[in-house]
Amino acid sequence: MPPEASAAGLPATRRRMPSWLATAALLLPSYAWLTLAVLLPLAAMFAFSFLHATPLGNKPVVWTLEQYRAFYDQPYLLGVAWASLSIGLWTTGICAVVGFAAALALVRATAGRARETLLILVLLPFWTNGLVRVFSWTMVIREGGFLDVFVRWFWPSAPSLGFLYTTPAIVLGLVHGYLPYMVLTCYIALLSVDEAVIEAAQSLGARWWTVLFKILVPLAAPGLVTGAILIFVPVIGAFMEPRILGGRVGVTMGTVIEDQFTQAFNWPLGSALAFTMLAVVLAVFATFSGVLRRSATT
Amino acid sequence: MIKIARLFLALVLVFLYLPIIVMAAMGFNASPLYALPFDFTTHWYQELAGNGRLIEAGWNSIWLAVLTAVIATALGTLAALALWRRTFRGRSILRILLLPPIAIPWLITGTAMLVFFFWTGIGRGLHAMLIGHVALAIPYVVLVVGTGLQTLRADLEEAAMSLGSTPIHAFFRVTLPLLLPSIVGAALFAFAVSLDQFVISYFLSVPGMTTLPVEIYSAIRKGFTPEINAISTILLVASMIIILGFARFARPGGIGERS
Repeated sequence: MPPEASAAGLPATRRRMPSWLATAALLLPSYAWLTLAVLLPLAAMFAFSFLHATPLGNKPVVWTLEQYRAFYDQPYLLGVAWASLSIGLWTTGICAVVGFAAALALVRATAGRARETLLILVLLPFWTNGLVRVFSWTMVIREGGFLDVFVRWFWPSAPSLGFLYTTPAIVLGLVHGYLPYMVLTCYIALLSVDEAVIEAAQSLGARWWTVLFKILVPLAAPGLVTGAILIFVPVIGAFMEPRILGGRVGVTMGTVIEDQFTQAFNWPLGSALAFTMLAVVLAVFATFSGVLRRSATT
Repeated sequence: MIKIARLFLALVLVFLYLPIIVMAAMGFNASPLYALPFDFTTHWYQELAGNGRLIEAGWNSIWLAVLTAVIATALGTLAALALWRRTFRGRSILRILLLPPIAIPWLITGTAMLVFFFWTGIGRGLHAMLIGHVALAIPYVVLVVGTGLQTLRADLEEAAMSLGSTPIHAFFRVTLPLLLPSIVGAALFAFAVSLDQFVISYFLSVPGMTTLPVEIYSAIRKGFTPEINAISTILLVASMIIILGFARFARPGGIGERS
């Protein structure tokens, strides 16, 4: 484009505020708030993770690296970390499959007001208290709970199906809590898929699985990625769900870290463990972002 | 195929609602140990009416969520406009800086806030929770509004301006109306993030200044009666009314429309 054309096309003379100032004014409130509430606290916590003990009263401040040796000094933490990671992966995976399928069903099999109502129904559980949802599952899946009552209605001598205080119970509660995120992000992504593309593929003889895996999944990949991030991250740091649904097997990195801040009052160790978890989360993101970028480009 | 899809949707809804319905029903069941068979009573609701602690915590939760939604939507929408409609140096870094509140587990953010607010004298309480909730909600708002901006054709605004509209006029008459569903969606998201937020509130609460999730958690750990089901059911119904109101408000050109 010749420079005269672009200069003539833009009504630049009408702008009263310099562009950079407008940009800064738009950005400043959000980023100042984020700095105060998130970035500075993280920096403070990072500093805390190098302390020998919580600086209360007149205790002298001693700097040390010992908190980061926790995984070496207390090897049971490795098992705990693995349990947390696998819970996070299972939850995210199940949410991705079920959430994508539900979003696809919403977009392809419903329309108009019915679709709107169904979407609202899927998203409504967001507004219910997460804790109570978790607790309500204990009433469903405990021995002699709602699940058992329901099954014995058809088969009176059925053995108990209750699986409260197991790892699957934790995953179930987490999937229940975070599934709407995935449905929403996949739904938004699938809405933008052009109907003509699917019709073109079908008229050229593509079967439904070809349409699904070659068109719908790649085009909805941004929604899947966003959903997976929105789910995996809170899940990996979950401590309330493992406490309530996992009972004694529900020892995760989340519960160990929470203990340091609320029970043991060892803030430096808690900070160091939190930053170790953060490193793991970032490493997982880095790994997955490569895979996702490749799948998006092919 | 369409029948299978609809059946699947029905199953997903059963999965999502079954425990909620069980929870609500147990609030009307006489047994304090959640034992069946079902025996209808409103006893737990009467108990609740005299429980000042839970009621106060409930009001705290609602006000916090409203304030969070208003502040985060206002700030986040402005930031989204800059990040998706303007080009400037450092834009990609600023987009990445939105990630920490989302990309870091709430447990870490919450304990970091506890450490920092303790250190700086901001302290704990509802004001600290508001700072935290808004910070958590801003990135969601920016992402939701930004996604809306991406699907919105920028050339519509440029067309308006080339026809003589000022940038501000073009924004209010073209972009904003088209963007409204996204902004309402973002506000809903922010409201949900705050109301459902337990972790941050848990670490920033002090006795006497808590939210409902924090009160419920401590009740679960100390000993639980169907009173908790009762207040949760009330909160649930109130939230549903708010959302349905929003959904009605957002309908013109709403999320579900594809004309």
